[in-house]
Amino acid sequence: MSEYIIKNGHVFDPVQGIKGDKKDISIKDGKIVDKVSSSAKVIDARDKTVMAGAVEIHAHIAGPKVNLGRIYRPEDKLFSCTPTHGMERMGGGASIPTTFKTGYEYAKMGYTTAMEAAMPPLFSRHVHEEIRDTPIIDEGAFPVFGNNWFVMEYLKNGEVENTAAYIAWLLRATKGYAVKVVNPGGTEAWHWGLNCLSVNDPVPYFDITPAEIIKGLIEANEYLGLPHSMHIHPNNLGNPGNYTTTLDTLKIAQGMQPKNKFGREQVMHLTHTQFHSYGGDSWGNFESKAKEVMDYINKNKNITVDTGNVTLDETTTMTADGPFEHHLTGLNHLKWANVDVELETAAGVVPYIYSPNISVCAIQWAIGLELALYAKDPMRCFITTDHPNAGPFTRYPRVIKWLMSKKARETQINAFKHKDKVLSQTGIGAMDREISLYEIAAMTRAGPARSLGLTAICGGLKPGMDADVVVYNLNPEKPVGNPDQIETAFSRAAHVFKSGVEVVKDGEIVSSGNKRTLWVNAKVNDNPQVMRDITEKFLKYYSVTQNNYEALGHTFVPNPYALDVDATT
Amino acid sequence: MTKTITDVVCPFCGTLCDDIEVIVSDDGKKLLEVDNACVIGTEKFLHSQSSDRITRPRMHQEDGSWKEISYDEAVEYTAQMLAKAKKPLMFGWSSTNCEAQSVGNEIAEMSRACCDNTAATCHGTSLIAIQDVGLPSCTLGEIKNRADRIIFWGCNPAHAHPRHMSRYSIFPRGFFTGKGQMSRKLIVVDPRVTDTAKMADMHLQVAQGQDYELLDALRVALKGEWLPDEVAGIPREKIREAADILKSGRFGIIFFGMGVTQTLGKNHNIDAAIAVTKDLNDYTKFSIMPMRGHYNVTGSGEVFAWQFGFPYAVDLTRGFARYNPGDTSTIDLLTRGEIDAMLTIGSDPGAHFPISAVKPIAKMPSVCIDPHLTPTSGVSKLHVPVAFNGVETGGNCYRMDNVPIDCRKVVEPPEGMLTDEEFLIKVRDRLKQLKGAA
Repeated sequence: MSEYIIKNGHVFDPVQGIKGDKKDISIKDGKIVDKVSSSAKVIDARDKTVMAGAVEIHAHIAGPKVNLGRIYRPEDKLFSCTPTHGMERMGGGASIPTTFKTGYEYAKMGYTTAMEAAMPPLFSRHVHEEIRDTPIIDEGAFPVFGNNWFVMEYLKNGEVENTAAYIAWLLRATKGYAVKVVNPGGTEAWHWGLNCLSVNDPVPYFDITPAEIIKGLIEANEYLGLPHSMHIHPNNLGNPGNYTTTLDTLKIAQGMQPKNKFGREQVMHLTHTQFHSYGGDSWGNFESKAKEVMDYINKNKNITVDTGNVTLDETTTMTADGPFEHHLTGLNHLKWANVDVELETAAGVVPYIYSPNISVCAIQWAIGLELALYAKDPMRCFITTDHPNAGPFTRYPRVIKWLMSKKARETQINAFKHKDKVLSQTGIGAMDREISLYEIAAMTRAGPARSLGLTAICGGLKPGMDADVVVYNLNPEKPVGNPDQIETAFSRAAHVFKSGVEVVKDGEIVSSGNKRTLWVNAKVNDNPQVMRDITEKFLKYYSVTQNNYEALGHTFVPNPYALDVDATT
Repeated sequence: MTKTITDVVCPFCGTLCDDIEVIVSDDGKKLLEVDNACVIGTEKFLHSQSSDRITRPRMHQEDGSWKEISYDEAVEYTAQMLAKAKKPLMFGWSSTNCEAQSVGNEIAEMSRACCDNTAATCHGTSLIAIQDVGLPSCTLGEIKNRADRIIFWGCNPAHAHPRHMSRYSIFPRGFFTGKGQMSRKLIVVDPRVTDTAKMADMHLQVAQGQDYELLDALRVALKGEWLPDEVAGIPREKIREAADILKSGRFGIIFFGMGVTQTLGKNHNIDAAIAVTKDLNDYTKFSIMPMRGHYNVTGSGEVFAWQFGFPYAVDLTRGFARYNPGDTSTIDLLTRGEIDAMLTIGSDPGAHFPISAVKPIAKMPSVCIDPHLTPTSGVSKLHVPVAFNGVETGGNCYRMDNVPIDCRKVVEPPEGMLTDEEFLIKVRDRLKQLKGAA
């Protein structure tokens, strides 16, 4: 493999505490190294910003509900098609781009790793087929567990070890990466048209509460010592006054300690926090509770969060929170798709337009930014748009602009139709903080990598790590005149290296890279009871046989990268 | 000694049964017996063993006879045809695996083709309706475990999806449906007294072509509003009774087929059916599902969607994907005479298209990739027989509820035969050379 040296760039790397110093980054055989030979290709990064490849911790980019969105929204392709071009296959779609376009767009912004946030286990083959067709970026997928019959039956009896054994089996069968929980219990209730709106609402038939599911899954996750923590989308998403449910959910993690060999420090990751930080009791007095939620998170080191920033676009919402999507179609009367998945989960899809002329949308915009601005530890608060729910991932550069520039925020606030309402219902107007490039590197690289347990591989520029390196056309020593320069710089990187291969040059794709699928191979003690339960469920209740359930490696995961975990005793 | 292979997936209909057992000879070359499959599925497996099977590509000669050629010559003809064509059409894809579909899409992108699958004549109208009003649906296991209200509307699974009722929809005893058939109410809507209708608790013998009216009447009845004495040949009382049955269930589903998608009203019928489903969710839990025909027509739609953004009728001629059924859909392209080369794979338009759309195929350079002799292979210039997908090669397929199932290879194909994917890869590589790309 070729050698590179990226010279004279301003390096931002929270992993090593480098805050914009001029430093050379050397690349050899796909890794960051201390030095390279004189034959190394020189990349001149003078007056430019150098960071590690960014890490996406939560996005819906592959799988059945994403594709359902593509199928049922031809209008999303209007004005967003990209023709076959050089290395690039043709693409299309704004809020739900085709797989090829997804890979290219992430890479061009400097992202080299991304996590698909909700994989229905029964559909794991579909998720992996799409991941295979998404070029360049390394990807993993989180199977959903929060409404799984096995999990609910075991945890009702407090059987954490059995839950862990089942998780290990399912991660292997589906080539999954982490334990995802979506509206615990509520989605199972949705199979009867019901919901669980608080952590104490009992799940119909299963006679367990969301709180018990959450607690049990954290315990099982730490029993196994998985790289990532339990990753939760709590109950009561999107409703005014839901911040109390969010705080109730967070409190379940109180006193729980992480146990793993990957350097992860949290036991719970709260995702798209913006959707869970609402006050008021109606859309009329809807208000921000970002401060209350973030204050709690700031004080509790065993929690990480991502923001879920609203980007004020037309988009396509999709979530395993089935009842929420039914609620949403009742609000906006746009077309509703739903898929209930036997024994496991459900999903819904509804298009949504975050209009700057609607006060609730503008307040949501402010809440997402407030969360990041209130966060005291950028290593525990990450930037996402919950793509495509709060906005497409292609808007990350714009979110970064809003976070880095008060001027940019003010411009947007002044453009809102209900500016006064935004200022009275949120604290955004009074916030002077401007996030630094170093903090951006923590919020988009080092932080999510540590939360995912990938510190050995990505998120930093320490020798020995994978050579995922990005050079942006942004001179940190020069004051930014127009905030739009920030957005432009982060939209199209000057250079992107993925595992030592140059994949983007001057904003154009130059290689399809060496994409890998990340998954977690957890070993547990032999557990005949769980194996028997699995066999029984397949014989009686699944519509496929057990032998036709597994995503076999050869076609679905052509280039796997397994993180091994040994939980045998 | 013989060997039994279990968990085999049946490559016939959208039910995609995955519990088939196949008995093969010790050397794995001969398929002897098929267990668990329906008669159609069994025949599909056994047909691969017929002695008069064509195993090499054949060119149609001017005098009407066929001349056997090598696969390499067939690859050359196909690649040249696609390279020269201004607007080639690549149609079918519903009876092959997703891997082959993927390679086909690469070829289509290089040759700027129009791509379409058999939804063109089946559930394309359903897809249009889904794009209008959405789709509340579920997996088939949900029906098995929960559903106590089943509607078959304009479909006849007793004949078209023979194991659907025993595996998923009527007879199985699921988690919350322990009494099997006894725990379900079955309503069949069909102008004919089909074998499915004979099993129904209620048969609504709708007047032909008036499905839309009946669906709308159901919506009215659900809301308890005024109805005329009779709608679509069904008395008002019966419509109200049906509405009450549906509302009183815990979990219901509408399965629908060609009887509503391809009769008067087409996509508008499905709009109404989806609206009924959505309305019913105000009272109970309800889903709706198209009864997809070919075993992987669903997969073709999925692969088109994640690679190009649209589920069928995709036009790549401008270098990016466009979708406008009626303009970019196969039958319309053929009858308007816009196509100058045609590749058919995994489907038989010759048997199912109107004659005005079939005649042009016979007049243009054309390739038919199909293990069988079909009306399409008969009118095409080149017939490329391939291994039976799901029998002689594996590969991923999508069931009617979008659940992906990896098919299994159970026997070796006749010596020297290529699979769909292998043949298409050769065409792709040759086309790359012709187009001067790397």
